[in-house]
Amino acid sequence: MKLQKPGCEIPPRWATLLLRSFCAAHLANELEGDLHELFEQRVKSAGVRQARWRYIKDVLSLMRPSLMKAKPGKYSNPSHIDMLQNYIRIAFRNLAKNRTYSAINIIGLSVGMATAILIGLWMWDELSYNKYHEHYDRIARVMQHQTYNGVTSTTPATPLPMRAALQREHASDFTYIASSSWTEDHILAVGEKKLSRKGNCVEPDFPLMMSLRILKGTAAGLDNPGVTLLSESVATALFGEEDPINKTIKVDNKNYFKVTGVYEDLPYETAFHDVSFLLPWKFFLQEEAWVKRSETNWGNNSFLLLVQIAPNSSFAQVNSKIENIKARHAKEEARFNPKAFLHPMSRWHLYSEWENGVAVRGRIQFVWLFGIIGAFVLLLACINFMNLSTARSQKRAKEVGIRKAVGSLRSQLIAQFFSESIMVATFAFILALLLVQLSLPWFNLIADKQITFPWDNQKIWLWALGFTLMTGLLAGSYPAIYLSGFKPVKVLKGTGSSLRFRTGRYAAVPRQTLVIIQFTVSITLVIGTLVVLRQIRHAKDRPVGFDRSGLLSVAMNTSYPRGHSDALRQDLLQTGAALHMAKSSSPASEVWSSDASFSWPGKDPDQLGDLGTVGVTPEYGKTVGWQFKQGRDFSRDFTTDSLGMVINESAARFMGLKEAAGTRVQWNGDQYTVIGVIHDVVTGSPFMPIQPTVFMLREDWTSFIHIRLNPAMTAQEALKKLQPVFKKYNPGSPFEYKFASDEYDLKFHAEERIGQLSTAFASLAIFISCLGLFGLSSFLAEQRQKEIGIRKVLGASVANLWQMLSKDFLVLVLIACLVATPIAYYLMHNWLQHYTYRTALSGWIFAAAIGGALAITLLTVSFQAIKAALLNPVKTLHNE
Amino acid sequence: MKGTHLGEFEEVILLAVAIRTGDAYGAAVVNEIEQQLGRTVNLGAVHTALHRLEEKGLVKSEMGGATAERGGRSKRLYVVTALGRRALEEIRQLRNQMWDTIPKIVWS
Repeated sequence: MKLQKPGCEIPPRWATLLLRSFCAAHLANELEGDLHELFEQRVKSAGVRQARWRYIKDVLSLMRPSLMKAKPGKYSNPSHIDMLQNYIRIAFRNLAKNRTYSAINIIGLSVGMATAILIGLWMWDELSYNKYHEHYDRIARVMQHQTYNGVTSTTPATPLPMRAALQREHASDFTYIASSSWTEDHILAVGEKKLSRKGNCVEPDFPLMMSLRILKGTAAGLDNPGVTLLSESVATALFGEEDPINKTIKVDNKNYFKVTGVYEDLPYETAFHDVSFLLPWKFFLQEEAWVKRSETNWGNNSFLLLVQIAPNSSFAQVNSKIENIKARHAKEEARFNPKAFLHPMSRWHLYSEWENGVAVRGRIQFVWLFGIIGAFVLLLACINFMNLSTARSQKRAKEVGIRKAVGSLRSQLIAQFFSESIMVATFAFILALLLVQLSLPWFNLIADKQITFPWDNQKIWLWALGFTLMTGLLAGSYPAIYLSGFKPVKVLKGTGSSLRFRTGRYAAVPRQTLVIIQFTVSITLVIGTLVVLRQIRHAKDRPVGFDRSGLLSVAMNTSYPRGHSDALRQDLLQTGAALHMAKSSSPASEVWSSDASFSWPGKDPDQLGDLGTVGVTPEYGKTVGWQFKQGRDFSRDFTTDSLGMVINESAARFMGLKEAAGTRVQWNGDQYTVIGVIHDVVTGSPFMPIQPTVFMLREDWTSFIHIRLNPAMTAQEALKKLQPVFKKYNPGSPFEYKFASDEYDLKFHAEERIGQLSTAFASLAIFISCLGLFGLSSFLAEQRQKEIGIRKVLGASVANLWQMLSKDFLVLVLIACLVATPIAYYLMHNWLQHYTYRTALSGWIFAAAIGGALAITLLTVSFQAIKAALLNPVKTLHNE
Repeated sequence: MKGTHLGEFEEVILLAVAIRTGDAYGAAVVNEIEQQLGRTVNLGAVHTALHRLEEKGLVKSEMGGATAERGGRSKRLYVVTALGRRALEEIRQLRNQMWDTIPKIVWS
């Protein structure tokens, strides 16, 4: 009781409240008493102000750990370790008691984790490209934007004079500048040993710039034209155990080089990983007259130009300096508005696509895409875990009630459920590692990677630990918070009401939401996969324009004899294995060169006459199987055909000609006549429009031999007969050939990879979702056992019961379909926009995905529903 | 067992408890010290010291009755134990011994 006379002062209220908030309960009373007493005394002796001030000071001085400690209790105070032991024991008992649910939980979670780990490894690999090179962050290649016919194209090919100009005008901005040829096949020989390997001709600074690790000899020999550096693998292949230094190798059966150095093979995750030997740039200049001529030609964009910028410089600075370098030096090139820029090595792999001069998507989109998919698959697995745990929580309600009744705090219960879920996550993680190890070879195959799991990397284990903890916490969060919130009185009150303590109308809402999310993600992935597969199918079914089965091509490397081509042809036909033989300047389904100076009657003077050019021999059409729309094929019977042209349909359209045959076309000062128009042959990407192309009889350009095999023989027999002929004409080279059908299939590689990966991920998503549904439905069926029994006794049929149990889930999946359809439509519509030749987003794809999802749901749920409906009601009802 | 060494402030508190025997609680000890030594002390310091003394076994305590002047709150009454008394005596003896060994010339 407080004595509150009028005029009687009271101590500051907040200070009293503060005292109560921190002070141990058993001390609060006496301390307050002391404070109060002192306050009263001081009011009298020193005045109110002073008394209040001292009161506050006293309260603050009481804030000491020894006064905050709770009173030691009478009962045993188990340590955290004891409780943890108990939690783990209970967790094990629970897992063992409900084997099905535990298996579903752990398998689902481990599949999700394995997927996330695989995707994580893949992303890591993608992001660590080129980091092998020490000066990774300062190396760049020079690239150019150029505009033709209003379209800006971007290319890493540069003219040689640019290199000289950089050296002359901006030498202080660069540590190294090195030109390089493209990576090409060459034949390396030591004695009788011959290999075909890829290599580059490079300037002497290249090994320093790329910080090649020299294993033997020296890197500093490349300024001598007669010297070569070999990668370790090539050196071993050529020389075995011998020391290769100062030995001589023969390249392309013509030139000899002395080996001065051996470098460690560049790893697979570098841009130059297939460069297995280096030849000197000086040799390239000596050997190839056109290269020498290019040294002064700004118009020939044919070389790779690599730079390492100086330490005090930045890419942006250098870019602004060199942007107009070409337009400045070459007035005749200025009309293409050439803009040079540096493309940093760190961006080569993931950001290398431009559209009309603007950087677009590139490979990074796949890193994002798969990252998101991986996160979603993991999320699905976590949702399973949450769903099953909350669904089963009613069974553990009593445990929670009893724990609370004997004094468990809510925080302890939360800790218990978290430790349980972390334990399950750990099991799942171990299983996931096993799965990753098993599926890595397959994954590497379809993703075209050489990933190994970095078992010895401590950082990875740290990540893995964090990852497992995160998953455990994520998966356990909902059950931990939900279960620990039970009221013990309600839970323990009685059997009748206890099972209904939270089964109100909205109790299942969170669970249902999670199921909907799960199926939305799965169905979206399935629709996406179907669209990708459909798009690949669509492009594969595109009319190809030539007959690719039984068509063989041989690349004529530099050591092929240029003369006696007719004799070679006669000999090949003589074997009976070849029906036709012809030569051309590009592979059958590619166009490798183009020229912008064609003109024809009726041409708009502003239009650039830019057409693809292919040189062929007269039998080319017969060999590849052209289909003519107008006119005729080349023929040896007409000598005028040397100034004749066969054009493709796209070219006829591009030139605006209805009746193209007979049209006169000017090119290079000559008057050509179009003698025929062929149906389009798919060249370049099968998803893109076909390049307008002209074919001319120019045997001097040709570098590929095409052979139409005799269908009466198997390919093996035919090859066996052809090989001796090639040996005879080109004894120095191994007989290497490609089938046109294989080459054509390669065009689909990137899209097929996406197709395969998304098929895999979509299947996993559906699998995990169904696993969860299976567990959930079996649990709910079990819970409603008595209800089902009573219904059966009252005359419900199995069909009725099946309908009753399946309906709920079907509704959820239907809602998920409704959500997923617009999302998938939007995403896939955008994806398809990247392809000019694309399939329509037809309704049947959505119908199929939805139908499939419903069917698979029904199948999963029905299994449990029918099982429950078939139970004998006597058994389910008898013990009560 | 914690160390039995007695700090200067603890010694003062222990003496105050002995002076106020029968009515030695927090506020009383504060008053006693303030009167005897003429310096202000914080209640927190006093309580902490009392706690420590109790842990060391130099004082013991029991709850006393509630009084109106404290707003009806009860007080904890402290009594010096035999051990506490011995500790005080020891200190006094030590001091005396030291006093006795000061040479006379120091003061002259």
